[in-house]
Amino acid sequence: MHKRRTILPLRTGLIFLAPASLFIAAFILLPFFWIAGVSFTNRSLTGVTAANPEFVGLKNYLKLFDLSSFLQPGQFGSSLVITGQFVFWSAIVGQAVLGLILAWFFYRRTGWVKESVQTLAIIAWIIPDVVVAFAWSAFLDYDGGTLNWLIGLFGGEKVDWLLGLPLLSIIIFNAWRGAAFSMLLFSSAFGSIPPSYLETADVVGAGAWQRLKDIILPLIRTHIVTDLILITLWTFNTFSPFLLTGGGPAFKTEVVSVLTYRVAFKYFDFGAGSAIGMVMMIINLAFALVYLSLLRRQEGTR
Amino acid sequence: MNVVRHVLGRVGFYVVSSLFAAIFALPLLWLVVAPFSTKANLSVSLPEQWSLSNFARVFANSFAVRALFQNSVIQAVGTMVLVTLLATLAAYALSRAPIRGRDTISYGLVLFSSIVTGTAAMVPIFLLIFRMGLIDTHLGVILVFTGGLLPAAVFIMRDFVDSIPRSYEESALVSGASHWGMFRDIALPIVRPGMMVVGVWTFVNVWGGFLVPFILLRSPGKMPASVAIYSFYTEGGTPIITLTTAYALLYTLPVLALYLFVNWKYGFRFFGGIKS
Repeated sequence: MHKRRTILPLRTGLIFLAPASLFIAAFILLPFFWIAGVSFTNRSLTGVTAANPEFVGLKNYLKLFDLSSFLQPGQFGSSLVITGQFVFWSAIVGQAVLGLILAWFFYRRTGWVKESVQTLAIIAWIIPDVVVAFAWSAFLDYDGGTLNWLIGLFGGEKVDWLLGLPLLSIIIFNAWRGAAFSMLLFSSAFGSIPPSYLETADVVGAGAWQRLKDIILPLIRTHIVTDLILITLWTFNTFSPFLLTGGGPAFKTEVVSVLTYRVAFKYFDFGAGSAIGMVMMIINLAFALVYLSLLRRQEGTR
Repeated sequence: MNVVRHVLGRVGFYVVSSLFAAIFALPLLWLVVAPFSTKANLSVSLPEQWSLSNFARVFANSFAVRALFQNSVIQAVGTMVLVTLLATLAAYALSRAPIRGRDTISYGLVLFSSIVTGTAAMVPIFLLIFRMGLIDTHLGVILVFTGGLLPAAVFIMRDFVDSIPRSYEESALVSGASHWGMFRDIALPIVRPGMMVVGVWTFVNVWGGFLVPFILLRSPGKMPASVAIYSFYTEGGTPIITLTTAYALLYTLPVLALYLFVNWKYGFRFFGGIKS
């Protein structure tokens, strides 16, 4: 075989790569190191410490992890617990399971019914955050909301969703919002399974559940891992609960992204805000590393 | 017996499908109906008389019109052009030039951008733009969005360039074209569908983006629609639902139109890969 001709010489390639690299260095790499620096200072948005921040060592971190107030409402620990529940129930259970059910239900089917339902799910996923938040605050409204109207139709009691069950509200909201991604990912995973595998199962007489559990799910393991990690990362970092509840009532829906915003841009405490941001990034990094090692192990077993 | 089972299966399929459809459609129903009613409240009720007067009032509000048709457009189109251009150049280099460790670079970028997210890094991003003197400017918003979206855009684009056979470019070089001429005349036209997809993806992300303009902009005259939508309030502090919903619908239309366009032209699966 002849050597493949180089289409672009190295020098030209580096010139092509330079502008994008500059942007990524400035807006991703630099903030990463900057935030670490700011998190050790008492920098604020206004006042004396805005221009001349002082080095305060680990003070911001010690305050975050101060065990006497760690789990009190509005504190970092409480926010982490809320975020954990939010991510687990809305992403891992809500989005992934709903997406899997949708993909499985319409697997090997075609026609306008499938197209319509999938399009509706995709619309819920692509329309802007603020619009979805408006629609949901009306949908969940106590007096006029469509959900309570439906519950009344079936003879149930009205529920005060946003004030009485705020965490459940943002969980349902986020599951609904993002299910389309998992649905699309699982649909394309199902599409990659050779039909002969399933025909064999049909011959053996396996039921639908058995087919899913014993044949399909093991085959799409990599896709499942990818899906779970991505939706976990996105849900962990999303700011959209703020648009529905503003973090309230009484900090009950204050996920870490919203806490960061309140500390940094409402209380103007940039040092403490950076410390929270830093912990968020470390958690993101942990997710990403788990993902990479799982993928590597998958490749090893093949 | 088989016929009965078949019929039951069909009925079951339609019942479950309708249930799924209802789950996704019901929360949005209000948004489709309320803009056309002059007496809209938070409940879904068909207007006694369908009317476009809410839209007329939105168009009479110069602040709202400016946010939607000027500020949002400047920020989304500006970012789209910048991201598409830079991502295409970078992806082309990563695909065609002998850069050592180029796979590591592509994966590393996506990894890093999923760690340094807009929410985690909101403080340093604000400080950076502040230092650059770009607080309360369109340019500041465009630069931050560009930096945040570029890694994924490069990744999508590289996938696309990699899937294209190299023979056209090779024959262009053999027939004596310069590298730049070959890129402009041969490679660019071939990768155009990929650029379209990256461009649409970028546009939709910036168009719907809330946090970045919310933090970086100060003056009402520069707010994009995603922030301006929160300004239709009465003096008593309650939102004016008729106006807000009409505005929300107008604001959503470009996203829906782009989705239909991409779906018709390339199929959505391709577009659906990554969304930040």
